[in-house]
Amino acid sequence: MESDKSALKQTPLYGIHLNHGARMVPFAGWIMPVQYSGILEEHKAVRTAAGLFDVSHMGEIWIEGTGALEVVQRLITNDAAGLSENQAMYSPMCYPDGGVVDDLLVYKTAPDRYLLVVNAGNLDKDLVWITERAGPAARITDRSEETAQIALQGPASLEILRHLTIAPLEQLKYYWFLEGKVNGVDCLISRTGYTGEDGFEIYAAPEKAAELWESLLEAGRNAGLKPAGLGARDTLRFEAGLLLYGNELSPEITPLEAGLKSFVKLEKHHFIGREALLKQQEQGPAKKLVGFEMLERGIPRSGYPLKDQSGEKIGWVSSGTFAPTLEKNLGLGFVSSGHAAPGTLIFVEIRGKLVQAQVIPRPFYRKHPCR
Amino acid sequence: MQVPDDLKYSKEHEWVRTKADGAVTVGITDYAQDAMGDIVFVELPRIGDSFAAGEPFCTLESVKAVSECYMPAGGKITAVNESLLDSPELVNQDPYGAGWLVEVELDDAAEPAALMIAAEYAQYLASLTE
Repeated sequence: MESDKSALKQTPLYGIHLNHGARMVPFAGWIMPVQYSGILEEHKAVRTAAGLFDVSHMGEIWIEGTGALEVVQRLITNDAAGLSENQAMYSPMCYPDGGVVDDLLVYKTAPDRYLLVVNAGNLDKDLVWITERAGPAARITDRSEETAQIALQGPASLEILRHLTIAPLEQLKYYWFLEGKVNGVDCLISRTGYTGEDGFEIYAAPEKAAELWESLLEAGRNAGLKPAGLGARDTLRFEAGLLLYGNELSPEITPLEAGLKSFVKLEKHHFIGREALLKQQEQGPAKKLVGFEMLERGIPRSGYPLKDQSGEKIGWVSSGTFAPTLEKNLGLGFVSSGHAAPGTLIFVEIRGKLVQAQVIPRPFYRKHPCR
Repeated sequence: MQVPDDLKYSKEHEWVRTKADGAVTVGITDYAQDAMGDIVFVELPRIGDSFAAGEPFCTLESVKAVSECYMPAGGKITAVNESLLDSPELVNQDPYGAGWLVEVELDDAAEPAALMIAAEYAQYLASLTE
């Protein structure tokens, strides 16, 4: 176990995490902080004030050149044609059969320059997939090693970042970004996140990451900013109904099954997976992602079977936990389509026992007030 | 990490307290609760259930993970800490006190003698974190 850890990659903030007393765990080939003070405390900080996350493990792949847009369009299910400079979008990237290679953010930084931010665990696979499908008119570059990423998330994020930059943050809309200095460090500041709260994802050079992190923590001290780990990141995204690759998305799950219809632009003339998804859309997916609440005592966990009243297997749990903000035991899972309507009673098999649950609408949590 | 002197300890990080009447109370150690993180769910055995030493008798769930607790000595459950059903966080806050798990009538009253004393457990913990 210990010897395995030495093979894991460290982010530029590794030393800082140890100094802050973070608990480190292996994740997607990296050694990452899972928690600092405690998942519940960090989760609450993000919902009520703000949290600071090291997400430098994420992959950054650039697509550049006159053919860049065409390559992006072929790869993703969403439509990047209408994307403005300094605007970002979320999209699945599919195999020809509609299964998901990865889910990612696309940033348009210049007319012929796109940045794809991908999951750490999928970077190598994505890079091969993308490179093999890019023509001569697009250059593919992996700049993950040259890019640190820090996420500042929570209702106090704007006020905190305001102390460190003169950039026009107030005008920066959700899913837009700008280039600016944060405490003198050149950054790409994006109004995006994975928590269901307002916030920013800040990209910078790795050698500047430590001073950026410390300056943000200092600027947020009075506002209640706390360093947070992957544990809280997962409970926050879960409550907010955001999907996790490997749980809700995989090569065996299509975006339509995962409820991502609004990110699949079937009217776009061509993209990889279109024919399969078009067919699935016409026939209706056989399985669907649902949210559910436990009616009896028990916590659903990823991989537990979902059953109907008669004990027949109808699906599986993809993610589940005690939801800290809602103080309920909740789950996400895939069920055969007949069991997907809110109000449907289902059963989670927990350690050999059938425990009753009910399908409820997603997302579980929405921040107030709505933007 | 607290390791009270008057308890016995297992390698699976359970503690045993022998009471005046010979019955024992069982819980998890400070080290175990810290390693688990915020505990949000406890599934207790039924009163009257019997378990051999080393058998799982109770499930604790943190936000992220499910952990079994293993009987440090064989016996029959005579009481369970029902306050944990609504307040699982007591295991984190007071693992040696209000966060106790079960009371056990031992099959063999001498069995806890084979467990570690505080000094040995402290040494064991040190060896784990080396």
